[in-house]
Amino acid sequence: MNDVLRPAADWELKSMITALGEQRISIEIIGAGTKRGIGRPVATSALLTTASLRGIPLYEPTELVMSARSGTSLSQIEVELGARGQMLPFEPLELGPAFGMPAGAQTIGSVFITNNSGARRIAVGSARDHLLGARGVNGRAEQFKSGGRVMKNVTGYDVARALTGSWGTLAVVTEVTFKVAPLPDDMVTLLYPGLPDDLAVELMCAAVGSPFEVSGTTHLPAAHAARLQTPGVAALSAPVTAIRIENFMKSVLYRKSRLAEALKAYGVPVELDLEKSLQFWAELRRMAMLPFGPSFVWRISTAPKAAPLLVSNIRRHMPAEAMYDWSGGLIWLETPPSADAGAADVRRAVAMHGGHATLIRADSAVRHSVEVFQPLSAGLERLTRGLKQAFDPLGLLNPGRMYATV
Amino acid sequence: MSSIELPLPEPSILARRDEIVRDLIAIAGRDSVIADEDGRRAYETDAFTAYRCMPLAVVLPVTTDGVSKVLKYCNANGIKVIPRGAGTSLCGGALPAEDAVVVGVSRMSKLLDVDYDGRWARVETGITNLAISAAVGANGFFYAPDPSSQLACTLAGNLAMNSGGAHCLKYGVTTNNVMGVKIVLMDGSVVDIGGQYLDSEGYDFLSLVIGSEGQLGIITEATVRILRQAEGAKPMLLGFESTDKASICVARIIASGIIPVAIEFMDKPAIEVCEAFAKAGYPLDVAALLIVEVEGSDEEIADRLGYIAGIAQELNPLSIVVSANEAQSAKIWKGRKSAFGAIGRLADYLCMDGTIPLGHLPNVLEQITEICGRYGLKVANIFHAGDGNLHPLIMYDANDPRQSERAEQAGAEILKLCVSVGGCLTGEHGVGIEKRDLMRVQFSETDLAVQMRIKTLFDPQWLLNPAKVFPLDGRPVLDSPQAPKPQPDVQPVAA
Repeated sequence: MNDVLRPAADWELKSMITALGEQRISIEIIGAGTKRGIGRPVATSALLTTASLRGIPLYEPTELVMSARSGTSLSQIEVELGARGQMLPFEPLELGPAFGMPAGAQTIGSVFITNNSGARRIAVGSARDHLLGARGVNGRAEQFKSGGRVMKNVTGYDVARALTGSWGTLAVVTEVTFKVAPLPDDMVTLLYPGLPDDLAVELMCAAVGSPFEVSGTTHLPAAHAARLQTPGVAALSAPVTAIRIENFMKSVLYRKSRLAEALKAYGVPVELDLEKSLQFWAELRRMAMLPFGPSFVWRISTAPKAAPLLVSNIRRHMPAEAMYDWSGGLIWLETPPSADAGAADVRRAVAMHGGHATLIRADSAVRHSVEVFQPLSAGLERLTRGLKQAFDPLGLLNPGRMYATV
Repeated sequence: MSSIELPLPEPSILARRDEIVRDLIAIAGRDSVIADEDGRRAYETDAFTAYRCMPLAVVLPVTTDGVSKVLKYCNANGIKVIPRGAGTSLCGGALPAEDAVVVGVSRMSKLLDVDYDGRWARVETGITNLAISAAVGANGFFYAPDPSSQLACTLAGNLAMNSGGAHCLKYGVTTNNVMGVKIVLMDGSVVDIGGQYLDSEGYDFLSLVIGSEGQLGIITEATVRILRQAEGAKPMLLGFESTDKASICVARIIASGIIPVAIEFMDKPAIEVCEAFAKAGYPLDVAALLIVEVEGSDEEIADRLGYIAGIAQELNPLSIVVSANEAQSAKIWKGRKSAFGAIGRLADYLCMDGTIPLGHLPNVLEQITEICGRYGLKVANIFHAGDGNLHPLIMYDANDPRQSERAEQAGAEILKLCVSVGGCLTGEHGVGIEKRDLMRVQFSETDLAVQMRIKTLFDPQWLLNPAKVFPLDGRPVLDSPQAPKPQPDVQPVAA
């Protein structure tokens, strides 16, 4: 990896991609590189980073909108937002620490290009849902824009949003414009210890199906809860189901008691106050339950009701610790290292219960040999190849990052 | 009105009309095909009524397979297809063409499956928007996007246009409330995108097909998110002596950290018409009125409305009225949602749909009045202020061709103004034919090329709703659109 290209402007990026195209040189695209360990390894002779595309050209707190150059670090974005009492509502995860890298380093571009959303996604939507517009350069070296800075916009196809989840294989995004939200006034977390997976999912579904606007639901196995530093959590020595309520102070008080009443069949909760709640959810956001280590990690999106069955199905084939987010609809599955990450068994279980599985953490050799992203149906595969062709016909950008042949 | 150019029909297709109708009947069944003139007339326009055109035929399949067979046949024979939901498009999105077959989903309107734990409902897309909420309402759930036409409009049309509504300030628009779709592509293939779970990996084709105005395929089934209803909701009316003050109030509410479920804005002409229609108790002595709605328990609502009233007080409002009861709340919303219809009783109107950054609201409203005044036309403004989505209603007399033309010109100027302040041509109604020729105001040739390649990927011959969205000139040169290569896998259908 000798060459690192660092474009600092759209036109510079355009001329770089033009030159690469002329010489048919494919290239790996990164921001800060915190997610390089995810997905299929990219074998290119050149590397391009968006790290020099920095800055916040637009922030209108009264309109709840921000535009940022794609290489701006998430920590800088959050400092700016925090100073005005605002936040990224979809709570993007810090996957860096799970790969031995610091938290806060990831770029805002990578947050959207990987559609990275955390616990609050269940209540307010994903990164994708908050994206309003994007600028970038595609593999044809065309500078383009889509969307804009306004909250409602159906002018033309929603190309900006379609770039979310494309992992840099369609275009290099140079600027993103997104919705932000006010920080909540107050927060409380109800912890229900000791529930088995199926009851925990039932509890979480009841909580998000209540009128009290629950903004986070997660279920940690005892082994994962033991890794958290938030006072009192590890000491429970049990699986922990957490329900978060955020709102104005009076509302939090009211909603907390109504919710505890509605959920009393599941036991008496331990309550985390504002300070402890902030720490608890910040730990989850940093993936503190999955510290850097040799174990493999799968991320499985499924219907909440199916989740415990899916997990027990996989457990017939391998030991696994399962953490549930999004009221059960998102499973983080930690398994011991193996030659094939148990891919066949995981895929079979997912096929049976419905959903998508992505191998998030595994040795590079394993990620090279098994399919990392959910295999596509024939119809979607045809469209996927076609979309890649439309944006990057020479296959210059992150070749093979998502699928071996795309 | 005829200033929007429509492509000339293809004579070879018109000449084959009888044969095509016979084939469609053989494929879809006699009950599903409308070929007689009276029957077709019901489909000659949508809610953009200034433009009309009798389609070649209308097909209303009852299954996804039926849609697939019709599209496969049309694709093999180079016949254009106009997808249709309930025909409530305000931008000509469902306007037929003489050489095109209308394929409607209105007979596919079943609720297929509901999961309250997973919070989704799977439906056929001919179901009306309101019918989804009605079906899950008894269990305390609802489907959030609520376009004003929700009683009539279908989910299919909402998906095609990525519809919004008054309450999307809090709950988002259609694309934020859909988990999966079953879509029939022009070649007849059926593709499932997403499913009964959140955030599928892979390219986000949901984002592309939602809002693609029926140009990428026909969506026959969808899994939509349903949400738990709040404990209660209540609107408040805030009347101001100037549109400026009302605009400032909107900005201050949003900046305060409260996100109401809705903030709607009406100017004086709109207030008068809507009050006469709905008797909602709107104050008539104000220049601008805000409807602000919040949700929660009774106490939470009182608390939140009190806080918002405090923000309004600093601007010396002429009127603050909190809805006294459910009946009054219903009237307040009825007035707002019937606004277009109420104004339609007074005059023909063009409804613009640009969105602007909120900070430009006072200035843009002033300029809209100035623009319409210059063309000698009246305008009423009634719109979703919380998200900057304007709806100036330009009133004119459709029987006077000069007025019609002036209304279109004024509309175009308004939309250009929206783009010039950082906004967009359309916030929720779509481009259709209406704004097609303004696309270059907002997009560069490259931006459009990036989008049009996606159209070509899904529909290589550009047969689906082709005269919409993109300017007619500058489209990709197709191999041979009118004489498609024979496709060996498609058998000719015996008459």
